[in-house]
Order: sequence, then structure tokens, then C-alpha cells
Amino acid sequence: MTPPGHSEPSADVEPRLRADTVTLAYDGRTVSTDLSVSIPSGRFTVILGPNACGKTTLLRALARLLNPHGGQVVLDGKDIRRYPTKEVARRLGLLPQSSFAPFGISVADLVARGRFPHQRALQQWSQADDVAVTHAMQVTNVTELAERSVDELSGGQRQRVWLAMVLAQETPLLLLDEPTTFLDIAHQLEVLELCRRLNRHDGRTLVLVLHDLNQAARYADHIIVMRDGAIVAEGAPHAVLTPTMLAEVFGLQAHIMADPITGTPLVIPIGSLSSR
Amino acid sequence: MSLDAVGSGDVRARTTLRGARVMRLGPVSLLVRTRALLTTLVLLGLVAVLAAYALSVGTFRLHVAEVVQILLGNGGGVGERIVMNIRLPRVLTGVFAGAALGASGAVFQSVSRNALGSPDVIGFTTGAATGAIAQIVIFGGSAVAVALSAVVTGLFTAAVVYLLASKGGRTGYRLILIGIGVGSILGALNGLMLVRGDLDDAISANLWLAGSLNARTWVHVWPVLVGVVVLVPLVAVLSRRLSMIEMGDDVARQLGVRVERTRLSAVFLAVLLAALATAAAGPIAFVALAAPQLYGRLARMSDLAVFGSASMGALLLIVADLTSQLLPLGLTLPIGRMTGIIGGIYLIWLLTRPRSV
Repeated sequence: MTPPGHSEPSADVEPRLRADTVTLAYDGRTVSTDLSVSIPSGRFTVILGPNACGKTTLLRALARLLNPHGGQVVLDGKDIRRYPTKEVARRLGLLPQSSFAPFGISVADLVARGRFPHQRALQQWSQADDVAVTHAMQVTNVTELAERSVDELSGGQRQRVWLAMVLAQETPLLLLDEPTTFLDIAHQLEVLELCRRLNRHDGRTLVLVLHDLNQAARYADHIIVMRDGAIVAEGAPHAVLTPTMLAEVFGLQAHIMADPITGTPLVIPIGSLSSR
Repeated sequence: MSLDAVGSGDVRARTTLRGARVMRLGPVSLLVRTRALLTTLVLLGLVAVLAAYALSVGTFRLHVAEVVQILLGNGGGVGERIVMNIRLPRVLTGVFAGAALGASGAVFQSVSRNALGSPDVIGFTTGAATGAIAQIVIFGGSAVAVALSAVVTGLFTAAVVYLLASKGGRTGYRLILIGIGVGSILGALNGLMLVRGDLDDAISANLWLAGSLNARTWVHVWPVLVGVVVLVPLVAVLSRRLSMIEMGDDVARQLGVRVERTRLSAVFLAVLLAALATAAAGPIAFVALAAPQLYGRLARMSDLAVFGSASMGALLLIVADLTSQLLPLGLTLPIGRMTGIIGGIYLIWLLTRPRSV
């Protein structure tokens, strides 16, 4: 057993996923212009930023849900648009903020749908599918719920089921858009711990959009801070989370100290600068 | 009853998915939901039995055994002519129109993520009726021309609703509300044509509008039969991808589904099916709405079930037809009205249930 301690991933590994000077627009409204970003391989990356700063847009572009107007997203050395759609889905999984569980679907059936990119019309189920679904349910702790209908579950359980679905996809890259929203604090930590295990033990590259600065500081190896569609800071938590940055980006007056438990930066908010 | 008769040994394997088996044949592996398969087979069996019975009832009574003999080609005389020229076209029109409506409804409920998403609720059937009535009242066209007009205006209505609904993001409710709006306008137009038209034409248009299996000939059977045989399997091929889209466009896209292309193809096929059914039997309410729901509840299926919904649609229509023929009211209730009455009750039940719409 490897200890759960920090096995420092080599920082110089060629990033598997990056955006090269992309221009991103929604409904004719430009969100980001000439944005470039690299997702460090094998790391736990968190994207932070105030509401409507383009975090979700960037995530969607990285997963090819949104085509950039200019520039390109590069996955494993090749323009992401040049892959067959299912090939992208075997390399990269994304859990969006909103998703619908079909009426009456069971947990196991929903998780099994994550196997779609590995299946074909006449190859609908393999041994590997079975193993992946079983494993994904175990890891997310929903095996007990396998037969239950997703509609009956609590918010926390449901979020774990959706995570299990993306995990069953077995992609080396995982992008999660606000996976902790609507969860109480204990369930939030549970999801983040799970993400950390996926990163440290399975070596998966994770990118999470989060709102909680302290959770980001505690779990991320790498933080990307966005404002108005641009990246304003990026790096290790202690380098990025500074009073100046918080004031500039979030309009937040804050004190920063070392977290007495983990030693990571702990943000103590003092007040909002914009309301003064 | 189990699937043991189907194969043996390691051809079938259990999976982590309860109630599902994998059938392997060489490189092919199919995920089979045992309960869904059995439900479909039972429904098809019932359709066959009731169809044979329907061929035997009428003023000229025949025994079911005689009917079977006639169908096997061992008949003759008046019985054969009645069965082959009058009753068989009627029954087949009903069965295939029902199947087309069931499959069509399944697609629309999936695309709109709503139990109310059905071609008769969102105006496509009314649109098909507009073409048919115009053809009857204004142009006095033949049965083939009526069918063709119904298909064309049905597709046109669907295109208009789809385009209007896709402005500003297509949500299930948007599609349904716009469909209801467009359907109301076309309904008024239909009424207007009936009032303005020649009395005889208006009466025959009105009969058609009531939805009827009376006086069906082979001309009515062929288009819908071929449509079902060709289009339903095509829809079935798309059904796995449509099921993925039910989880949300982004979820489906990230799983490798081409969402827009899949949805557009499926809606096109479903409109075609609904229009062919309407052309053959008039606007028949409720079947497209109820068949997928009833099948889903019986088979406990959460995936889009095209063949199952089609079988259920066929069964519903043949039951409605038999009921309207056998009701001791001394009046032959047009089948469209029959399904409308049952459908209204079903709809109220559906709407008053929490969490189902």
C-alpha cells in the first residue's frame, strides 16, 4: 500500500489537455478572448472565480461541449475537434452542473450509462463494462443503493450516483463543474475526499470548479483563478491565494493564515470591498 | 418463465444490472432486459389473438378457426372476400397505425423529457389533419392524395414548432407549449375549412377527422405498414442515444452522443410515423400519449423502448376498435372518439398524480 501522503507528480509532464488562445462565446456574447490554459497532468486542479466569470464556459470548451470561435483545444497533442466524439468521451469525462435522471431509473442503470462511449450498437455489454460499473459504485459508496430508484435518493446520494456515472466512463481526465453544490458540508468533504483519492491513487487528472476558497486551498495542487473570462492567477494554493488577489478578483478583504490542521492557506473573510 | 429456452450455457451472462442478461453470439453482445422482452412478446401475442378475433366479428360472423384457414389460403367464397377485402385492411390499418403512434409517442416523450410530449398534444396530428381536410374539402383528392397531404403538413407543422421551440434553448416545456399553441391555430383552421366547405365534402372530412377504421382498404394499409416496418427499426437504432440525451444535452455530449443530429433524425422519423398513422386512420388521440407510459410501467423500463411502445400502441388501437364495434349502443363509435374518451380520463389521472409529468 502506498501511504496516502503526497506522492509529488512530476510537474513537467506534457499537459494532456490545454486551450490555445481560444475565443469563447455564448449566444453571440463573447466570454473569453485569446484564453490559454494548460491542465497539469496527474494533478488536482481547481478553477476559482466570481460568478459569471467564465469558469463553466472554459470547462465546456475543454470538453468539446462548446466550440471555440478562435484558437483550439488540444487533447493529447491533437486538436480535440479531430477526434471521433466517442474517442473524446473515452479520454475525458465531464460532470455538468445540471443533469436529469430519467424517471424511475435505478442507480445501477444510471451508472451503467457512463459506459456508453465504450459500447457499440451490437456490442452493448462486455465484462469490462460490468467491472467498471461495479467498481464505480463501490468507490462512490452507492453499491447499497444499486436497485433503488434515483428519484428517491437524497441530494448527497444523487450527486454520488452522478459521480459514479462519470467514473464508470473510466477516463484519465475528469472535469467536474461545481460537484459540491447543493450538498451539506459533510457530503461536500466526502466528494472532495473521493476526488483526492481518484487523483492520488488512480492517478487521474482532475479539474473542479469550486466556490469555497478554503476547500480549494485544502484539496488543490494547482489553482486557476478567473475573472471576466480571463485567467488572472495560477499556481500552487499558497502562491495564488493572497490578500491582494482576493481583493482584486473577489472584492474581498481577507486575512490569510496557515490552516492549523493541514498547513494549507486558510482564508478568513473580513468583508466585501465592493459594498463600501 | 425464464429465458432458458432461448439459449444455453455461457451464451447468456448475468450482469450487475438487475433483470438484465447479456446474449453473446460471436462478436455481438446484446443487453436484454428480461421483463421488457417478455412484456413485448406478451403484447404481440395479444395483438395477434385479438386481430384474429376482430377478423371474425361483424354482421357476417365467422369462426376464428375459419379466419385462420382463410389467412392460410385455404378459404374461399364470401368469407374469404369479406376477410381479405374488408376486415383484414381494417385490422391491419389499426395495428400498424397503433404501432406507428406508440413508437412516435415514445420518441416525443423522450425528446421533451415529459409524459405530455406526444404528437397529438403538440399539434403534429392536427397539422397532418389540416393537410388531409384541405385535400378533401378544397381539392377533392383521392385517398392517396389525402395521405400524402397529411404527411407533408404534419412534417411542416413539426418543422415550425421545432424551429420556434429552439429559439433560446429547447426545453421540454417550451416544445410542448409552443406545440399546443400551433396546434390550436391549426385546429381553428381545420374547423374553418369544414364550415366553409361543400356540405358533402365537409361530412366526409368530418368522418375522417373523427378517426375511423371503417371502410379501410389496402390503399390505407400499405403506406403505414411499410412506414412501420422501415422506420420503427431506424428509431430503435437511435433509441440508445436518445436515452442518453434524456440525462441532459451536456451529459449526452460528453458521453460521445451527437445530440443535435440524433434528436433531429429521431423527431423527423417520429413525425413521419405519426403522419402516416394519421393519414391511414385519421387523428387518433391518446395512443401516442399512453402507449409508451403504459409500456414503461408494465415493463419497468426507464430506457426508451421503441418496440415495446409500438406493440402497446397496436394493442391499444385494436382494443379500442373492438370495443367500439362491440359496444351494445347500436352506434358505431368512430375509433378516434373512443380513444379520445379513454385518453381524456387517462390524461386527468396522469396530471393529478404527483411527480409524473
